[in-house]
Amino acid sequence: MSEIKINDFVIRFANVNGTGSASANALFTKAIFRMGIPVTPKNIFPSNIQGLPTWYEVRVSEKGFLGRREGIDFMVCVNPQSMASDVKSVKPGGYFLYDSTKPLHSQFVRDDINYLGIPMTELCNNAFTDARQRQLFKNIVYVGALSAFFDIEFNVLEQQLGEQFKGKERLIEPNIKALKMGVDYVHEHFKYPLDVRVERRDLLGDSILMSGNTACALGAIYGGATVAAWYPITPSTSVVDAFGKYAEKLRIDKATGKKNFAVVQAEDELAAIGMVIGANWNGARSFTATSGPGISLMNEFLGLAYFAEIPTVLIDVQRAGPSTGMPTRTQQSDILEAAYASHGDTKHVLLFPASPKECFEFTAESFDYAEKLQTPVIVMTDLDLGMNDHVSSPLKWDEDCGYQRGKVLDAAALDKLERYGRYLDVDEDGIPYRTIPGTHISKGGFVTRGTSRDEYAVYTEDGEAYRRNMDRLIKKWNAAKEIVPAPEFYQENNFSEYGVLFFGTSTYAAEETIELLKQEQISLDAMRVKAFPFGEAFADFINSHEKIFVIEQNRDAQFRSLMMIELGVNPEKIVSVLNYDGTPITADNILNQIKANLQKTESNN
Amino acid sequence: MTYVRSKFRHPMLPKNDLGYTVDYYEGSLSTLCAGCGHDSISAAIAQACFELSIEPHKVAKLSGIGCSSKTPAYFLSNSHGFNSVHGRMPSVATGANLANRDLIYLGVSGDGDTASIGMGQFVHVIRRNLNMVYIVMNNGCYGLTKGQDSATADVGSKNKAGSINLFETIDLASLAIELGATFVAQSFSGDKDQLIPLIKAGMSHPGFAFINVISPCVTFNNNAGSTKSYDYVREHIEATAAAFDFVPIMKEIKTNYEEGSVESLKMHDGSFIQLHKLAKDWNPLDRVSAINAVQNAKAKSEILTGLLYLNNDSQDLHELLQTSGRPLNTLNKSELCPGSEVLEEINAGFR
Repeated sequence: MSEIKINDFVIRFANVNGTGSASANALFTKAIFRMGIPVTPKNIFPSNIQGLPTWYEVRVSEKGFLGRREGIDFMVCVNPQSMASDVKSVKPGGYFLYDSTKPLHSQFVRDDINYLGIPMTELCNNAFTDARQRQLFKNIVYVGALSAFFDIEFNVLEQQLGEQFKGKERLIEPNIKALKMGVDYVHEHFKYPLDVRVERRDLLGDSILMSGNTACALGAIYGGATVAAWYPITPSTSVVDAFGKYAEKLRIDKATGKKNFAVVQAEDELAAIGMVIGANWNGARSFTATSGPGISLMNEFLGLAYFAEIPTVLIDVQRAGPSTGMPTRTQQSDILEAAYASHGDTKHVLLFPASPKECFEFTAESFDYAEKLQTPVIVMTDLDLGMNDHVSSPLKWDEDCGYQRGKVLDAAALDKLERYGRYLDVDEDGIPYRTIPGTHISKGGFVTRGTSRDEYAVYTEDGEAYRRNMDRLIKKWNAAKEIVPAPEFYQENNFSEYGVLFFGTSTYAAEETIELLKQEQISLDAMRVKAFPFGEAFADFINSHEKIFVIEQNRDAQFRSLMMIELGVNPEKIVSVLNYDGTPITADNILNQIKANLQKTESNN
Repeated sequence: MTYVRSKFRHPMLPKNDLGYTVDYYEGSLSTLCAGCGHDSISAAIAQACFELSIEPHKVAKLSGIGCSSKTPAYFLSNSHGFNSVHGRMPSVATGANLANRDLIYLGVSGDGDTASIGMGQFVHVIRRNLNMVYIVMNNGCYGLTKGQDSATADVGSKNKAGSINLFETIDLASLAIELGATFVAQSFSGDKDQLIPLIKAGMSHPGFAFINVISPCVTFNNNAGSTKSYDYVREHIEATAAAFDFVPIMKEIKTNYEEGSVESLKMHDGSFIQLHKLAKDWNPLDRVSAINAVQNAKAKSEILTGLLYLNNDSQDLHELLQTSGRPLNTLNKSELCPGSEVLEEINAGFR
């Protein structure tokens, strides 16, 4: 037996889509989470309902590294379809757990890995009579076996099952029975625990394990959204699903039983964003959630919301494009499309959350930003953050902060005005005053339009009036720089000639990379970007470094282009660190790209 | 078109229950062609709102893109309007209505805006029975781009350029009835006596009220051979009822008709539509009969106008979704935000 590795491994589950493996795998992850050990699960699933291979990968890291890591230490393979490649993917010295009801074909046998055969089918066929149960409990049997191999506390699993089947208690007993079948089989046939194992820690404090989409949905609830309009699209669907689920609990009027919200499944993304714009125009906070293909369809309406200055909140859970691309794989490839969505001169506010906590906060705050700035705000999350559970600080709500509705005139304010001008720059910040339909009997009414108009919302084709309006929109854009969240810096004072910049889900792997580089005596200044437009602090960071590594998950270095377009940054100064195979970026990948560049620079000098 | 409109109004202009004269319901000067049918419809909308004593600021006017969609600027200048994007007015109206169920939503669209680019949204807003009046100013052609045939042009109709339309027409009224619209009417911009009460009835209907108004394009589709010209429409019009009146709730019914010939349709809110029925075998409360009446007229190259179909027993989108009786846009933070204690409970569920 080799050296014992505590709380540091990657396990991958190879399952067949639609066989109930998801809840069994989640049971495994949650048990490790509850033992106080940092853990990060990733679903690698097909665009399919039933039958195709699906994988679930869990990284356990005592050091708290929550990004993906290459190299599989332990493979649980219950899918014959993918067995050949699954066997190959195990690291030398690793483990391969399989269903040994039938003997393993010799082609799957490698002499540098360890095989752990559990006759799951046979055990379940003997213990259960119902066909569906036989299939479902195979998953629970392997969780039981893993708990013995990894030394997972059995009572933690028991407690979880008790919570999961609260109200359906009759399901608890057969689940526990299946768990024990796995445990007992390992106890009788193998040495346990393995050299790779877990040990209880207290590293997580009050952290939660939540998906970004759930957090976005809660952000919309807390942010006061009342109208959600959407069209189903992976990977954003669970945002509105969760919004509806929480709203059914938290937004029912106690006196009448009626709903203080509306969810409408639209006929397409165009209608979804149209409804959001209509609702916001009429004074309700409203949002939609979509992914890249939806943003493409919403372009026309985003231009209208920009030009007519209507608050709009959109959550873009990015997936691998272009076109239909890889619908169930992650990417950060909608950046340019979102930043400049629609024809003509347009720019949109983007927010880049990196954790469920930020998904919650940024979504809730996006309604404030959208209403203060009277413009679309796009929350740029991605499939990895949205659909996978992440360890996160708990969601926090400050009771003292009210909803900031921006410049809205009520009837009393309108009464004091001689003449109301919807697009008058009264405060010289580019942000005009809006009115909500129905506010005043004779003042404040106007026609909102996507055509050019003067300060009083009267249609005009006068070039000078058009230009004044476009310039005011830029003034407003500059005001936005002070309003949106500032970047986070990882050092108080810059100490390196080189900086590294990242955002969103690249953060996990980037932070790990910074640690790994430190071990090699390489220090970089780091900045995590939270929003677009870029403010002063962002520009200062760029200007005070000779070279900036920009980590992003797309082919064309879109964020780099954004920096060049908006700040005129010299392209030679920006080194892109890219990942675009649809899987979340890893620290090793970043490390290799950065080191290759540094070595090249050194050899050139 | 004229460039100056006199501000002079007859001092004895009649006032409605709110004390407003009809000019209070007008808008800015139209920029459409002189004689455009659309301007008559705008005037009919203003007149209907005046007669119903509606507070103009309680109306939201919404439109898409095209000649027809420009008209919201030409009536009800004290109302908020939203001239949105091409074919997408229904979705904007849906969102607006969800935000505030207390306003009256008046959507104005054209045949291109509805039957071509906006067909998807038109179909789905009907399915949702959104509480709004949806008026199509239907002239069978694209005016702003110089007269191309639209999807409501009849097969064989000739346009100003002399080309013959090859393609089957989309009959919006039949389609609306088939899709479950709960109030469907058809009219002609040149028939104010019929159009005004139809708009009034539509505004009183608590669901999706569709009014398809044939509105000739004087510039591009008023030629011989066109089936949407003033002359052709006048010659081929056939009304479901000879006289048509709308009697709002709480108003005394003063009938001008001979007793026995008048039918009163009680509406959901207690108002009445009174009509002197002409169409045979037509029951406005029966969907199949209504579709048959429209199709029978069409087979005879007639345009059936008036009220076509009414369903008094439907639920609008708010009722279907069971949303709060209070407009969603009036709810404040204390009603919308569950607070930090609840959030702590939610956090606990994810540990």
